[in-house]
Amino acid sequence: MARARVYVTLKKSVFDPQGKTIHDALVSLGYTGVKDVRQGKFFEVELDGLPPETARATAEEIARKVLSNPVIESFRVEVE
Amino acid sequence: MMKVGVVVFPGSNCDHDTYHAFKHVLGQEALFVWHKDSDLRGLDAVVLPGGFAYGDYLRTGAIARFSPVMRAVTEFAGAGGTVLGICNGFQILQEAGLLPGAMLRNRTLKFLSQPVHVRVERDDTAATAGIPVGTVLTMPIAHGEGNFYLADDELDRLEQAGQVVFRYTTKDGRITDESNPNGSLRAIAGVCNRERNVVGLMPHPERASEPGLGSTDGRRVLEALVTSLVRA
Repeated sequence: MARARVYVTLKKSVFDPQGKTIHDALVSLGYTGVKDVRQGKFFEVELDGLPPETARATAEEIARKVLSNPVIESFRVEVE
Repeated sequence: MMKVGVVVFPGSNCDHDTYHAFKHVLGQEALFVWHKDSDLRGLDAVVLPGGFAYGDYLRTGAIARFSPVMRAVTEFAGAGGTVLGICNGFQILQEAGLLPGAMLRNRTLKFLSQPVHVRVERDDTAATAGIPVGTVLTMPIAHGEGNFYLADDELDRLEQAGQVVFRYTTKDGRITDESNPNGSLRAIAGVCNRERNVVGLMPHPERASEPGLGSTDGRRVLEALVTSLVRA
């Protein structure tokens, strides 16, 4: 069985209010060296009965069509 | 009399309000369209109401756009049919690629439920026909993700094509930082497609359609929809 890890993150140009709030919290906790925080989403997708090549193509299709919105997000897929 | 279909997704929660506004306030024929239906024949307009379709768990509207009814809505819109998306309905139309942009979390990260003022920017869309440009309408918003985003160059193209339909303003129609409740780029509260038959907005016109609700401004938007159908 193949396992895909999909990382979905906001594009660099997109303001991330959650990341900003977490950053502010970290600074107020004394982590003054924290420059920036960006929050994203992480998915583990288990794919049954697919050879690695097909598993990657399927995982990328899922990431592109469903798990991310291309207007605001980009994604990265790892398959093992 | 116009026949308006109100789409019901699992998690829609403004469907009955919207139905009520068209049927009882405006006296039109209204009916519910279940998300598994894919037949929109005989309808003059389709409205996607507010709510939390499919729970909005992944992203707002992300799953709803794959439902059978959305294939039919896409065809309906492509054939020039009038489509209005309110709040979650707007988000679903964006996910479906029928309207530009995407919604980020509100800049305060808070769910906002409050009246806002929006200025009408175009009088040539299905939802604003006959409302003079510059008119300020007061309607409530109720959303956690209404922070309109589109890349800068695409925003310019959107403006040039006259697709910005509503902007958040002060009561007298000025754009200020305070009058923008959620951080939307260029204070955008509503847009339309290039053909102007598909319109989406974050404020809820159906919740501002009778005197008892505190405002009747939203009625003008719903009436515009009906009027634009008569003229079409």
